[in-house]
Amino acid sequence: MSAERAPATPTEHTAPPAPVTPVTPAPTAGRDGYLPVPVTGWGRTAPSAALLMRPRTHDEAVAAVHHCGSRGAIARGLGRAYGDAAQNAGGAVLDMTGLDRIRTIDAEGGVVVCDAGVSLHRLMEVLLPLGWFVPVTPGTRYVTVGGAVCADIHGKNHHVSGSFSRHVLSLELLTADGEVRTVLPGTELFDATAGGMGLTGVVLSTTLRLHPVQTSLMSVDTERTTDLDDLMARLTTGDDRYRYSVAWIDLLARGAATGRAVLTRGDHAPLDALPARARRRPLEFRPRRLPAPPGPVPGGLLGRTSVSVFNELWYRRAPRARRGRMQGIPAFFHPLDGVPHWNRVYGRGGFVQYQFVVGHGREEALREVVRRVAGRGCPSFLAVLKRFGEGDPGWLSFPMPGWTLALDVPAGLPGLDAFLDGLDQVVADAGGRVYLAKDSRLRPELLTVMYPGLDRFRALRARIDPRGVFVSDLARRLSL
Amino acid sequence: MKDAFGTPQTLLVLGGTSEIGLATARRLVARRARTVWLAGRPSPSLDSAADGLRELGADVRTVPFDALDPSGHEELLGKVFAEGDIDMVLLAFGVLGDQAHDEARPLAAVRVAQTNYTGAVSSGLICAGALQAQGHGSLVVLSSVAGERARRANFIYGSSKAGLDAFAQGLGDALHGTGVHVMVVRPGFVRSRMTAGMAEAPLATTPDQVARAIERGLRRRSETVWVPGVLRVVMSALRHVPRPLFRRLPV
Repeated sequence: MSAERAPATPTEHTAPPAPVTPVTPAPTAGRDGYLPVPVTGWGRTAPSAALLMRPRTHDEAVAAVHHCGSRGAIARGLGRAYGDAAQNAGGAVLDMTGLDRIRTIDAEGGVVVCDAGVSLHRLMEVLLPLGWFVPVTPGTRYVTVGGAVCADIHGKNHHVSGSFSRHVLSLELLTADGEVRTVLPGTELFDATAGGMGLTGVVLSTTLRLHPVQTSLMSVDTERTTDLDDLMARLTTGDDRYRYSVAWIDLLARGAATGRAVLTRGDHAPLDALPARARRRPLEFRPRRLPAPPGPVPGGLLGRTSVSVFNELWYRRAPRARRGRMQGIPAFFHPLDGVPHWNRVYGRGGFVQYQFVVGHGREEALREVVRRVAGRGCPSFLAVLKRFGEGDPGWLSFPMPGWTLALDVPAGLPGLDAFLDGLDQVVADAGGRVYLAKDSRLRPELLTVMYPGLDRFRALRARIDPRGVFVSDLARRLSL
Repeated sequence: MKDAFGTPQTLLVLGGTSEIGLATARRLVARRARTVWLAGRPSPSLDSAADGLRELGADVRTVPFDALDPSGHEELLGKVFAEGDIDMVLLAFGVLGDQAHDEARPLAAVRVAQTNYTGAVSSGLICAGALQAQGHGSLVVLSSVAGERARRANFIYGSSKAGLDAFAQGLGDALHGTGVHVMVVRPGFVRSRMTAGMAEAPLATTPDQVARAIERGLRRRSETVWVPGVLRVVMSALRHVPRPLFRRLPV
């Protein structure tokens, strides 16, 4: 049975605005009269100016691509890519949040068809009451479905469920020739698009398989680990018992405590596990949000001392071991979403997120990176370790079976560029890679080493987009 | 493209034999810069400067550029930008002149002004336009503390730098919000060929220190960079010294 839903009206759009203020030109009006606006990624580094177009229909998207001019176009969702993946200096940036309709929901089979600009937040609002959850969610709900495909995002359930595109049943893709193609998994174009950073075309809509849930609560086990080896051992032996698993690491702890962590793992709580009061509305989803930090925040707020104190408290606050605690979806998956524009706390200089993966058997590389970060005292309050499952078919997909670590660092830290280059080398030597959706600084030479599928990707792009219509600052910087 | 730390991949140095320009290029090549354009009057020293950077692994190209011939700037710089994006333009040309000599020969003084100011106005505007069209990039302008307040000892040079400095500040404001970043660099006394044999001023610096300050300024997206940094304080005090007193100061 298929339930047709009325298209969402703009007023129902509850996702927060994208970090840039979108102008709303009719794309058919062309470039004239629209001023370029500076655009940055979530890390707020390296701004570049582009014409922001906001198509509201598939036809307008086709027209926008047609009129984008000689410096090409790139699609942009809610701007959560940390680096320059959704920037296009001197060209056009298509703000896809105007394409925000949920088209059909199969409430029995668990399949949704929606436009690319629909956020995971919106999907949760609509789907949870029907007993369905998005198959994969990253650390924020404020990403669009189109962005999720193009970055081939992963979540805390990668070891069980793989990346986002594994749950995509088909895509509508607008390619450089102006055609809208239906792209199915298993085809070359699909594998180039999943993780392809929007460079194969504009994803217009997606058919997605969902995950059934009985409640909107999570049953969570928390434990503290004393050091990195303890953490890795627990992740290795215990992860198969949990659908979701993630560890927060204190990267400022040194010596014997290097790599101490808080490990949280859990699954969707079954109905009978709920306390009686919650059983009345088991599928309720009402996330709360705090006020955003003010616009101008002085830089250097997150120094080594303040982050050390935070990390110490965060670690001590966590229970040594606690089982079966009930947590809402926002608290378990998206704690930072409660603070809109939290990226502002890094001040004017912005920040970079460094996320890499190394395969099983390459744990020494992970230890080396953790040692170096701890030894240097990088003030990173957000460092997350996770164990990936099977790799995904996308040619530029990030995950591979092994260990992934993500850490945020203020960009203004002296010598950080050379330091991260050093980490890249450790990662590349171990056969690992860094995540393009987070990258803003990789040395281009290392890209081919890290992504063996890059040659095929380049060849396919040269074939289907010979004029280079789809281009981004990321693509220019790394010669994708 | 520049990375998150403002480090460029392609670089155009106007004044391709400038010691500060080359010191900066060397630093940036050691980071991300792979393509360097050296613009200057054709000479063996321009060629050897290019070779020096090639040895560091950069792809270096030279273009004939004469600050005193503004009528040729548009075509020449147009060709450079037509080859591909330039992430950073370093406006590094300039002459010091000889104050005593130039005071006696006004045409020589005019040459200093034309090189340092007029040549920079034309090439600076052309580069700014090209950077704006590509939607990103930094224009780094080498000014001088000499432009901050005219001194008896070098007011011809100082006034030309004062003009350049004001021009660059205004250009920076004009380009605010366009994705293009204009940075004014104000070094103090720099030990280099230009100042060889001169009595050294306090707080003297080196081309390499200026280069380091430029790299830091790029990372911070600074609008003004003093080298050394303490000059910002020193000059803000000196700026308010009454003229009868300033005249007699040994600066």
